[in-house]
Amino acid sequence: MSAAVSDTSRNGLWDRFSIGQKRVIWAWTFLALPIVFYGAIRFYPTFQAFWLSFTNWDLLRPAQFIGVQNYVTLVNDPQFWQVFRNTFAYLIIGTPISLVLSFLIAYYLDRVRFMHGFIRALYFLPFLTTAAAMAWVWRWFYQPPPIGVINGFLGSVGLPAQPFLRSLEQGLPSIMVTAIWAGLGFQIIIFMAGLRAIPSTYYEAARIDGLGEWAILRKITLPLLKPTTVFLVVFSSIGFLRIFDQVYNMTTNDPGGPLNSTKPLVLMIYQTAFSSFNMGYAAAQTVVLFTILLIVSLLQLWVLRTR
Amino acid sequence: MRRSMIAGLAAGMSFLAINAAQAVEIDYWQYVFDTRVQAMDQLIANFEEANPDITVNHQTFPYADYQTRVVAANVAGQGPDVVQLFYGWLDNFIAGELIQPLDPAVFPTEDIEGEFFPIVSAMERDGQYWGLPTAVRSLALFYNKNIFEEAGLDPESPPQTLDELLAAAEATVQRDGGGNITRVGIAMGMAGQDHQWWREGLIRQFGGQPYSDDGTQVTYNDEAGIAATTWQADLYRGDAPVTQIGFMDEPQAAFRAGMAAMTIDGTFRLGAFSEITDFEWGVTELPANDEGVRSNYASYFANAIGVRAEGEELEAAQKFLAYISSPEAMEIWLEVVGELPARQDVALTEENLADPIYGPFLAGLEYAQTTIFVDEAAQRQVAIDMETRISLQGQEPADSLAQAAQEEQAILDAFYSR
Repeated sequence: MSAAVSDTSRNGLWDRFSIGQKRVIWAWTFLALPIVFYGAIRFYPTFQAFWLSFTNWDLLRPAQFIGVQNYVTLVNDPQFWQVFRNTFAYLIIGTPISLVLSFLIAYYLDRVRFMHGFIRALYFLPFLTTAAAMAWVWRWFYQPPPIGVINGFLGSVGLPAQPFLRSLEQGLPSIMVTAIWAGLGFQIIIFMAGLRAIPSTYYEAARIDGLGEWAILRKITLPLLKPTTVFLVVFSSIGFLRIFDQVYNMTTNDPGGPLNSTKPLVLMIYQTAFSSFNMGYAAAQTVVLFTILLIVSLLQLWVLRTR
Repeated sequence: MRRSMIAGLAAGMSFLAINAAQAVEIDYWQYVFDTRVQAMDQLIANFEEANPDITVNHQTFPYADYQTRVVAANVAGQGPDVVQLFYGWLDNFIAGELIQPLDPAVFPTEDIEGEFFPIVSAMERDGQYWGLPTAVRSLALFYNKNIFEEAGLDPESPPQTLDELLAAAEATVQRDGGGNITRVGIAMGMAGQDHQWWREGLIRQFGGQPYSDDGTQVTYNDEAGIAATTWQADLYRGDAPVTQIGFMDEPQAAFRAGMAAMTIDGTFRLGAFSEITDFEWGVTELPANDEGVRSNYASYFANAIGVRAEGEELEAAQKFLAYISSPEAMEIWLEVVGELPARQDVALTEENLADPIYGPFLAGLEYAQTTIFVDEAAQRQVAIDMETRISLQGQEPADSLAQAAQEEQAILDAFYSR
């Protein structure tokens, strides 16, 4: 720092610092609180989890270091690979569908003037609802006849009843529909904000130049919406990778079932830790989830980066 | 000056000590369940009246994280003086040094074994008792009298054998034009109580034994096990099943809604079913096999003394445990919670045995078994998965059973090898 030291420096230690140094000290003083908070509440447990993943801690007896045994067990656990596939199914199918759907709705809702606020509120409403309550309502929608609304409708138009949640093939998609619906409102609002942020002059210029709607969408709207899209892709991917509430609440009798066909990684971690009290093994699964989240997020940021 | 301060401090401290000697405080922990909390509050009030120098702090936690709380408190160097635990958690609680064995001078072993139902032995390890139950639970067959009558069955003579159960279920099941079941003959699901009926009821009635005597080996994968599993599976598979797994989500929900003619459930369901106003229901013993052999599953929550109780607190904890395991406490518990007394002489009174609702459950206690679980949730999951493979994947019961035996043995091995 090149700022001149004041003559009054003999008054005390504080006055001996330059303005620049003082600024740095102040900045760090204010930053200290969140740093301490994050250190104690976030990072310390995270590192603790890394350590735990190398132990056989079961809450009851002292933890013993067992090396990479938990990871070896994990790789050889068929349930883990099933759960791994499920988690990526939620991610790979859920994210694109929810983004395309929310973009389409936002794109057309943006042009609707009639009851615009009301319709927007309707889309946003599910986002405000507790995931557990929503999951239970959907769980009853999916019931077999004579209880389930959806099967009641299918029956009334002469279609055979579907097992939905009680099916190895339909279970995961059924839950995914609920999860997509739940997150839709938020994504629509963000997309609409992104659409509104594009200066209308671009559109006017394009129309004067005689561009069609499709060309406008491709050449102006989508490119300028990129920051919004990047944010939503990352946000929604992390959401699907961490999916838990919907699955757990819609399958409480057989969590993640039938036969683990709907079980995501987070639910497996939860069960390993808080039902079987196998903390070390659960920590190893957490480390794997952490790594997946990190890789997927970095990959997406890299793919969607601004060149 | 300084000397007088020290003297004053010392006097103050001795005053505190005297106070402590006069009033002992102990902590009692259990999980939240309305009637259980009410009953315990009543027991504590009675106990404190009889022992004015002892205060009992009653703390409750949601069931879902009850075990975690007990364990976490212990890790933090704290914990209750008297704690409630499911009998199946005992090995974990001992291994985790959460509880201490009962002092045989205060709780003589021969008294326990002579006065309680034999299933209390699930609280014994190497000759030492680790806890005592207030109440026990068993299974019975609930049936909807209105549906029975409508189907032309006698509502006062419910099925007594497995064949009669099947016949009653066939007579009461209803289907719509599309072949979908709209009312089940018997509401079923391993996620409910049927895994207990399968393990300790059916397998034994077909001549098998679910586990080796020391509990370390799965022994149900034999002809008896296959026969029992196939008989149970035939209720929900085939061309004309009498039930559907997952019907109305849960067996008890289907029964409450009047959409099931029968269901197998425990004493703990009596509270919920007592609210039913739409129809009359009855209870009968679990059906016998052709030779008249019955078998039931009984379980209980016991109370044990925390490892940290010492000296006066230990004495107070022992007094409290003795009171909540006393005949008086059991009668209050039966009245408030509806769970059966754990002492034979309190339970098997003429009045209770003649009771149309308690009677069948009490009768069941006499031939009931308790499963020694090492990880109840995981072991139940094995049974659920076995059922799912049969019902959804069409796997043969014998193959599904073999896989279940393998999976459950792995859980037992992992536990006993530590």
